[in-house]
Amino acid sequence: MPLVSLTGLSVAFDGAPALRGIDLSVAKGEAVGLVGESGCGKSVTWLAALGLLPNKARISGSVVLDGQELIGAPPAILEKVRGGRIAMIFQDPASSLNPVHRIGKQITEALALHRNMVGQAARSEAKRLLDLVGIPDASRRLDAYPHELSGGQNQRVMIAIALAGQPELLVADEPTTALDVTIQAQILELLKDLRRHMGMTLVLISHDLGVVADSCERVAVMYAGRIVEEAPISRLFSAAAHPYTQGLLGALPPMDGPRRRLAAIPGGVPEPWAMPPGCAFAPRCAHRVAACDAGVPGLIPLAASHRVACLQVAQVAMPRESVPA
Amino acid sequence: MLRFIASRLARAALTIAMVVTFAFIVLRLSGDPAQIIMGADAPPEAVDAFRTAWGLDEPIWVQYFSYFWAILQGDLGRSMRDGRDAIVLVTERIPATLALTLPALAIKICLGIPAGIYAALHRNSLADRVVMIIAVAGFTVPSFVLGLLLVLVFAVQLGWLPSGGQESWRHGILPVITLGLGGAAVLARFTRSAMLEVLGQPFIRTASAKGVPWRAVVTGHALPNAAIPTVTIIGFMVGTLIAGAVVVESVFSWPGVGRLLVVAVANRDLAVVQCILLLVAITMVCANLIVDLLYGLLDPRLRAAPGKAA
Repeated sequence: MPLVSLTGLSVAFDGAPALRGIDLSVAKGEAVGLVGESGCGKSVTWLAALGLLPNKARISGSVVLDGQELIGAPPAILEKVRGGRIAMIFQDPASSLNPVHRIGKQITEALALHRNMVGQAARSEAKRLLDLVGIPDASRRLDAYPHELSGGQNQRVMIAIALAGQPELLVADEPTTALDVTIQAQILELLKDLRRHMGMTLVLISHDLGVVADSCERVAVMYAGRIVEEAPISRLFSAAAHPYTQGLLGALPPMDGPRRRLAAIPGGVPEPWAMPPGCAFAPRCAHRVAACDAGVPGLIPLAASHRVACLQVAQVAMPRESVPA
Repeated sequence: MLRFIASRLARAALTIAMVVTFAFIVLRLSGDPAQIIMGADAPPEAVDAFRTAWGLDEPIWVQYFSYFWAILQGDLGRSMRDGRDAIVLVTERIPATLALTLPALAIKICLGIPAGIYAALHRNSLADRVVMIIAVAGFTVPSFVLGLLLVLVFAVQLGWLPSGGQESWRHGILPVITLGLGGAAVLARFTRSAMLEVLGQPFIRTASAKGVPWRAVVTGHALPNAAIPTVTIIGFMVGTLIAGAVVVESVFSWPGVGRLLVVAVANRDLAVVQCILLLVAITMVCANLIVDLLYGLLDPRLRAAPGKAA
């Protein structure tokens, strides 16, 4: 039984759809990557699941955590889930921490909410968490403010806050996008370590296939508010079936061989208020046929845990010769 | 911290010196006090005698330096009207003015801040729109219009309250409301926009994401951040406690500093006008100093160096 399953999750802002029916299950202990370009709905998916979107968002569908429906759940239930069972860290660590509160206070706040820890016990647990996420001189750092720390350290603090509630699932929303490349690698390594040691489930949201390939076992590719392909990471790289996924892989620079022009996908993502009637990728697709515009294709199983939303998949799917590292 | 305060005090002294100089120049250029005080029909010998008595026949720069020197020694001069010390004339009016401006400040804060917070938390709701319409009306309508309107309704039509004077506390109600409503409107708008700005910040989402109930997100995470810009406006209001009621005191015939200023300017009673301006400059500068110190308290990013701040 999956830890979390999303069924038909849809979100619209002021009538413009941002998510158009997401079906995704995350099993206990696995690491799932969610990739796609900016605005495809990767973050909105999990913000909607946790009820963190502004009130004007219209949400439908279902998000079930261990048998508990979260969409429309009362605030008291959601507050226990947030941070306690599903924790989330965000893209820009510097602005994601409250500038007027000390680091220690921001960690102990979560400890008080989810583990009833206060006073000295909470403080020493906060110190242990800072040690765990690799912040040097943790006991002194508890009294520091976010602006006194570097971006990488702030992201470690965010992770410590997320771990404070001992969640089963950590949703990391572009956790390394705002950081230097060397710091990126350190943060990803930290997330992998923590997962190994604590058996935590991880959802890694990224626009970077390389980041996901390095940290996840399974990946879901999103385009214009829908999942278009879902596969184990090795299979995605060797046998991507959706033309969009193939386009993304084709746009990766090769590690060896002669330099070549990177293959770009022609056209642009359709605007939310002007979605094509059928497959959202059809206007940019080389394999488009009349049927593509007739209706939105659902996810079709292609192989074990490999599903793809494309009518032309028989024509399109072919193993790629080169597999990037 | 000491260096911070010292540099602020030096800047404050410079500001006050500039105000004194500016006031001196403008008042000397805007008419002959001897002629105005003695009246247009006064014999020229009497006017000349008045000039000599008050040192107005000296070259302007001699007057300026003797005036400045006197201020440095704490002598603010005497009223040309009745010969009393200007500082005494002014200070005896201060309690009457504070009797209006302090309750008005309380109204501004107690009404403006909650209204702004409420409007921000219920953005685009009917309540938000109503609060903002009242707020825009509150600070576009000049205080003398609002004052006269209140007189018309509560004094003339309903006859509930007196229209002017200072005989009892009931006389203070309308002027206090006039002052308070306008300021509350300004504060409501500033508080609302400060709250909206803060509520859109990523750290608010972080707080919600770690399971903090919404009410605690607002009080514990949003308000401390929104307080920073709001304090600036309150500081400005504190700075106008002494001379912020000129118009309202005139409308309601309230014998405070503001009315004294109007009368003194009309009479070219130089020492009194300059004494009031000096007092206003000092309150404004003190209010700014307090605001600067509060910034450091409210916003750790503005403290000089970690560990060294108070």
